[in-house]
Amino acid sequence: MSMIFGKLTLNDIPYQQPIIMGATVFMALVVLGTLWFVTRGKHWGYLWREWLTSVDHKKIGVMYIILALVMLLRGFSDAIMMRAQQALAANGAQGYLPPEHFDQIFTAHGVIMIFFMAMPFIIGLMNLVVPLQLGARDVAFPYLNSLSFWLTVSGAVLINMSLAIGEFAKTGWLAYPPLSELTYSPGVGVDYYIWAIQISGIGTTLAGVNFIATILKMRAPGMNLMRMPVFCWTALCTNMLILAAFPILTVTLAMLTLDRYLGFHFFTNDMGGNPMNYINLIWMWGHPEVYILMIPLFGAFSEIAATFSGKPLFGYKSMVYATMAIAGMSFVVWLHHFFTMGSGANVNAFFGITTMIIAVPTGVKIFNWLFTMYKGRVRFTVPTLWMVGFMVTFVIGGMTGVMLALPGADFVLHNSLFLIAHFHNVIIGGVVFGCFAATNYWFPKAFGFTLNEKLGKASFWCWLVGFYLAFMPLYALGFMGATRRLQHYDNPAWQPFFIVAAIGAAVILAGIVLMAAQLIVSIRDREQNRDLTGDPWNGRTLEWAVASPPPFYNFAKTPVIEGLDAWHEMKKRGETLIPETFEPIHMPRNTWAGFVIGIASVPLGFALIWHIWWLAGLSFLFSVGCAIAHSFEQDRDYYVSAEEVAEIEGRRIAIAEAA
Amino acid sequence: MTTLTLTYPGGSAHDAHDHHDQAGTVKLGFWLYLMSDCVLFSGLFATFAVMSKAFAGGPTPATLFDLPYVAIETGLLLLSSLASGVAMVAAYKRMKGATLAWFAITALLGLGFLGMEINEFAHMIAEGAGPQRSGFLSAFFTLVGTHGLHVTAGLIWMAVLMSQVALRGLTETTMRRLVCLSLFWHFLDIIWIGVFSFVYIMGFSA
Repeated sequence: MSMIFGKLTLNDIPYQQPIIMGATVFMALVVLGTLWFVTRGKHWGYLWREWLTSVDHKKIGVMYIILALVMLLRGFSDAIMMRAQQALAANGAQGYLPPEHFDQIFTAHGVIMIFFMAMPFIIGLMNLVVPLQLGARDVAFPYLNSLSFWLTVSGAVLINMSLAIGEFAKTGWLAYPPLSELTYSPGVGVDYYIWAIQISGIGTTLAGVNFIATILKMRAPGMNLMRMPVFCWTALCTNMLILAAFPILTVTLAMLTLDRYLGFHFFTNDMGGNPMNYINLIWMWGHPEVYILMIPLFGAFSEIAATFSGKPLFGYKSMVYATMAIAGMSFVVWLHHFFTMGSGANVNAFFGITTMIIAVPTGVKIFNWLFTMYKGRVRFTVPTLWMVGFMVTFVIGGMTGVMLALPGADFVLHNSLFLIAHFHNVIIGGVVFGCFAATNYWFPKAFGFTLNEKLGKASFWCWLVGFYLAFMPLYALGFMGATRRLQHYDNPAWQPFFIVAAIGAAVILAGIVLMAAQLIVSIRDREQNRDLTGDPWNGRTLEWAVASPPPFYNFAKTPVIEGLDAWHEMKKRGETLIPETFEPIHMPRNTWAGFVIGIASVPLGFALIWHIWWLAGLSFLFSVGCAIAHSFEQDRDYYVSAEEVAEIEGRRIAIAEAA
Repeated sequence: MTTLTLTYPGGSAHDAHDHHDQAGTVKLGFWLYLMSDCVLFSGLFATFAVMSKAFAGGPTPATLFDLPYVAIETGLLLLSSLASGVAMVAAYKRMKGATLAWFAITALLGLGFLGMEINEFAHMIAEGAGPQRSGFLSAFFTLVGTHGLHVTAGLIWMAVLMSQVALRGLTETTMRRLVCLSLFWHFLDIIWIGVFSFVYIMGFSA
C-alpha cells in the first residue's frame, strides 16, 4: 500500500470492461460539456452567487430535484440493463453482464434510487413548498439547508465515482453482513457504499432538524397546527421519522465500518459477532425510510386532489391522524422484512399483525382522496392523472404487502420476485408517481410557466402501462419460484415473463424520453405558458398567493391566517397579499460555507475509501476549520429596503394587471 | 381586510422581535439535534445489550473493570457539568470574566475525564483486551469511545466559543451558542450516567 495513494492503483480503473468504460466516458463527456458550457458563457460568477452559495430554500429545492432527476437516469440505466440481462440469460445463456458486474448493478440501482433519487426528490419538494405554504420567508436554518444539500451531492458524486474508479458493492442495497464484511467483500465496493450513504445521511439528518424547526416555529401568525396545509403536516411527520431513523442508519454503518477498517467484531461470523443484529438495526431505519419517502407524497396528492376537484380535502383531521398513525407505527413493523430469521411464532405474529394494522390508516387516506373527488368538478390535468394512477397502483401494491405480512406466506415468498414486484408496486406507484404529480403541479410556482400537458399525459400513460408490463410478470415469477438478483437461470418457463418485463422497462424508457421532451418543449414555449397570476390551478394554499416564481423574500407582508385553505378563503373575500405599505425585510445572506464544507467531503470520503490517510486527515481538518471560520462570521443577514420590495411588488402588480 | 391596512411598528422594535424568535428557534433546533444524537446512542446501547455476553472466550467485565477508578472518572464529568452550570449562571449575569473562568474549569474537568478514559482504554488494549478481542469488547469500546468523541468535540467547541466570548463578549450570538453548548454538555452527562449504570455497574455485578 502506497503512502500517497493508499490502495489506489491504475489497475483499479476497469479498462477491460467496455460497458463500464462506455458509461464512464459518457459521464465524463456530460460533466466536461457542462463545465465547457458554463465557462464559455462566463456563467461561473452567476452560478456561484445565485446557486452554489444560495441559501434560498426555493433554489436549494430546485437543485435537489435536478440532482434527483439526474440520478433517476442513472438508476434507470441500471434497471433496464438488469431487465435486458434477465430477458437474455436463460437456459445456459449467460447474457451480456458477468456476475460481478450484475451484482454491482443491482446494488447501485437500489442505493441510487432510494438515497439519491427518491430522497433528494422529496427533500427538494419540501424545500420548495413548505416555507411558502407556511407563510415563511425561508427555512429555520438557511445555512444548514445549504450544507445538507451539498453533503447529499457529495454522496452522489462518490457513488458515481465508483463506476470509474474501483468498483461498487456487490452486496445488495442494504449490504447485509457477513457478505459485506472484509472477509467476503475485500474490495472497495462496500466502502464506497458506506461513505456515500454516511455523508448524504448526515445531510438528511440535518435537513430533518431544519424542517421540524421550520414547521414548528416559522408558521405565519394565526396558522395553528390544525390550520396547516396537509403537505406541511406530512412534511412534519416525515422529518420526525428522519430524525428518529437516520441516526440508526448512521450508527449501524459506523459499526460495519469499524468491522471493516479496524477489525471489530460486531457482525462477523466469529469472535462473538452477530450479523442478525445488523439486519435488525438496518431495518429499524429501513422501514421508517419507506414511509419517509411516501408520506410527503401523500401530502402532495392531498393538495392535488383538493385543488383539481375544486373542493376542500375530505377529512382533513382524519388525514392528519392517519399520517401520524402511520409515522408512529412505522417503528414497530421492521421485523416483517425477515420473518425467516426464525424469531419464533409469537414474535412473527406480533410483527405480522402490526403490519396489517398499518394498512388501515393508509386505507383511510385512499377513501379521503376518493371522497374529495366525489361530486367535485375534477379537472383531468397531468397531476390528476398521476394521482388516479397512483390510487389504483398503490392499492394493488398495498394488498400484496398485506399478503407478505402473513408470516406463513412470507416463508414462501421471502426474497422472491413477488417481493420485488410488491415494493416496486408501492415505490413506483406511490413515490415515483407522486414525485411526478408534484413536479407537474408545483413546476409553474418554481419557474413561472406551466409544463406541456400533451407530452405530460403521453409520458404518464407510458409510465403507467410500462409499469404494469414490467412488474406484473414479476408477481407470477415469484409464485413460480424465481428469486431476486439472478444473473442467469435454467427454467425455460420463466423466460417469456422476463421478456414481457423487459418490454415494460422499454415502455417506461419511452415515458422518460417523453418527460425530457415535455421539459424541453415547455422551456421552448415558455412565453406562451407564462403563469402571470401566480395561481395557475386556482389553488387553495398560500404558495399560490405569491408571484410565480416567488420573489426571493416570498412574502412582502407576512400573511395572517384565519383558517384552513388560507388562499382560497382570501380569494373568496376578494383579498390579496399585496400590502399598502412596505417595510424592510430581514433576510439571510448567501454563504460559501455550506458549499465548501459539503463538497470537501468528496475528497474526505474518497480518501477514506482508498485508505489515503493523509488526504482524509487534511480534508477533515479543512472542513472543521471552515466550520469554525464560518462561526466567526458576523455579517450573516441584511435588510431588503422597503423601496426595493415596493419596486418588485409593483412590477408584479403591473404584470398581473396586464394579463 | 383590516390586516392589510395595518402599519408596522418601527424598525428597532421589529428587529428585537425577529431576534427573539431566532434564539427560540435555534434552541429548538439544538434540542432536535440532541434527540437525534440520543437515538444514535440508543443504537449503541442496544448493540451493547445484544453483545454483552459475546465474550468469545475473552475477558469478562468482572476482570476488566475497575469500579472505583470509573467512579472517579464519573465524578470528574459530573463536576464539569456543575461547573458549566455555574458558568451559565455567570453568563446570564453578564459576568464575562467569571463565565470564562468557570468554562475553563469545565474544560479542565472534561479533559481529566477524557485522560482517565484514554488511560483505561490503553491499559485494556495493552492487556490484550482491545476491541478486536470479542464482540463484547467491540461494543464496549464503541459505546464508551463514541461518548468520548462527543466529549472531545465538546471541548473543541468550548475552546472556540470561549475565544469568541473573550473577543466579543456576551453578545446575543455568543449567549445563544453558550446555551447550546451547555445543553450539549449536560446531555453528555446524562449519556454517561447511562454508560456508568448499564456498562460498568451492571456489567460488574452480572
